[in-house]
Amino acid sequence: MGRDEPGTGAFALFRRSRLGMAGLGLVLAFAATALVGPALAPYEPLDFGTAAEVLRPPSREHLLGTDDMGRDVAAALVAGSRTSLLVGLSATLISMALGSAVGIAAGWRGGLADSILMRLTDVFLVLPWMPLMLVLAALLGSSLWNIVLVIGLTGWAGTARLVRAQVLAIKERQFIERARATGASGARIVLRHLLPNVFPLIFANTILVTAVSVLSETTLSFLGMGDSTRPSWGMMLHFAFESGAATSGALWFVLPPGLCVLGLVLGFTLMGYAFDEILNPKLRRRG
Amino acid sequence: MRRAFLRRLLGAALTVLGVLAINYFLFRVMPGDPVAMLVRNPKMTAEALARTRASLGLDRPWHEQFRSYLAGLARADLGSSFIFKRPVLAVIGERLLPTLLLTLVAEALAIAGGMLVGIVSAWKRGTKADVLGLGFTLLAYSMPTFWLGILLVALFAGRLGLFPVSGMLSPGLAFAPLAQRLGDVLTHLALPSITLALVLMGEYALIMRNAMIEVLTEDYIVTARAKGLSERGILRRHALPNAMIPMTTLIAMSLGFAITGALQVETVFSWPGLGRLMYEALKGRDYPLLQGIFLVTSVCVVGANFAADILYRYIDPRVRD
Repeated sequence: MGRDEPGTGAFALFRRSRLGMAGLGLVLAFAATALVGPALAPYEPLDFGTAAEVLRPPSREHLLGTDDMGRDVAAALVAGSRTSLLVGLSATLISMALGSAVGIAAGWRGGLADSILMRLTDVFLVLPWMPLMLVLAALLGSSLWNIVLVIGLTGWAGTARLVRAQVLAIKERQFIERARATGASGARIVLRHLLPNVFPLIFANTILVTAVSVLSETTLSFLGMGDSTRPSWGMMLHFAFESGAATSGALWFVLPPGLCVLGLVLGFTLMGYAFDEILNPKLRRRG
Repeated sequence: MRRAFLRRLLGAALTVLGVLAINYFLFRVMPGDPVAMLVRNPKMTAEALARTRASLGLDRPWHEQFRSYLAGLARADLGSSFIFKRPVLAVIGERLLPTLLLTLVAEALAIAGGMLVGIVSAWKRGTKADVLGLGFTLLAYSMPTFWLGILLVALFAGRLGLFPVSGMLSPGLAFAPLAQRLGDVLTHLALPSITLALVLMGEYALIMRNAMIEVLTEDYIVTARAKGLSERGILRRHALPNAMIPMTTLIAMSLGFAITGALQVETVFSWPGLGRLMYEALKGRDYPLLQGIFLVTSVCVVGANFAADILYRYIDPRVRD
């Protein structure tokens, strides 16, 4: 990468963004919880309690109380952070790979391939994606990896458009011409010259897509389409809602999972927002 | 203008065709093949399975099957719902109006609120009001819609008892006078529509703010100011109309987002619309109904996008060819 590439110095600028750093802090806190938390929690998140332990408010034994089946809320929260991050990041990886492949193929090839791929992208852009995800999850069955697949397969269209636009802009630049003149193959130019220059601009997009993926996982689980063998924040809220805990005032069962989702998604959103302002010249503050 | 219109129409038609293809292949080729569900029944002999396949037309080549699927659609035949034992289209038809009512009221609230927050944020850029507006936007964006709904129910319906918890009409009011029924529907509508509006508002506020900031640096604003026009006059006569242009596209583009929100809100509030219907269909694994709902919502979204595209060309003379 040359010195004039848009990514250079972005991390230095990012470190000066207070919102961005706050977001990074939030995400790192959840990541640390997901990594070491389950080993430290004194309860197994899926172990049912006795009848006397059902829907108990916070106490010394159960710091955040228990749910409608006597399970420890805090243990489920900690385990849920692992599910949310795992699904969010894996689904984003699929979206990014698919979106970048389609965007590069369309932008680089042009012509008929471009028209067909962009038509397909438009179809996925306008489709109401939540019904599509629910339908896919219902048909495939809701194991963890199916949920990852479902979220990844429905979320790539925005990235494809972004990457294509960037490829079209870079394609005409001189260093591509030079590489071509030296006899480099198409695949080599794409991998060595095009991809590194497309990457900085899709970076902010990646973080924002992760935020959406985490929200999608939570919503799918809340609607009963999640993997029931893995505790997740969405599933906790599903049980809280179905058991009527929310309206009966068991707020310790309703507030923490929602606040966790809010915190993690806000963390990614703040980071994405900060990077977007740094990498996207249109949003830079004028005068 | 006419050519652009025809091109857009062709584009929308192609998108609908794409939706139909996706819809068809999802349900016939994936594990949801109706016969695959029967295979689990051990009493089915191989011969009986083959007969079922033939009667459903599943033994014919896929392009023939797709053609007969399209022919069924042309007769407005979407199959029959497993759980309601009635034609899918009739079931969906009954739920369309409540969803439309909820979405339209929420959109109206969100557009008005989002514009207000966006205009104030842009006008007072960098001040406390702007930071507050941005904070609200980011929070609204990051919050699960259904969770906001649950919290509002717990607070305003549960604890304070100000609004009904769920449904659209109180039991026993089905034959009450129209005015009384209308009032009852409104009190049921308040919480769900406010929930949906709050979630939609964030994005509108952000786009309005950015559009206003861009417009406010244009030369004609400087000119208007130099002419001695009042700040209020500049805002109303020059800045607002131009900043509205990106808003119109966003409103149509975010309809898919609105539907996603409505689905969650309806589930939480037991609002008898398409979203709640989808939740019921998912629980009962009612594939024909699911397919129908997906199709109807997709066609609505594509239609709205097409309408917005045409409207956009009409409002903004710069994009006319």
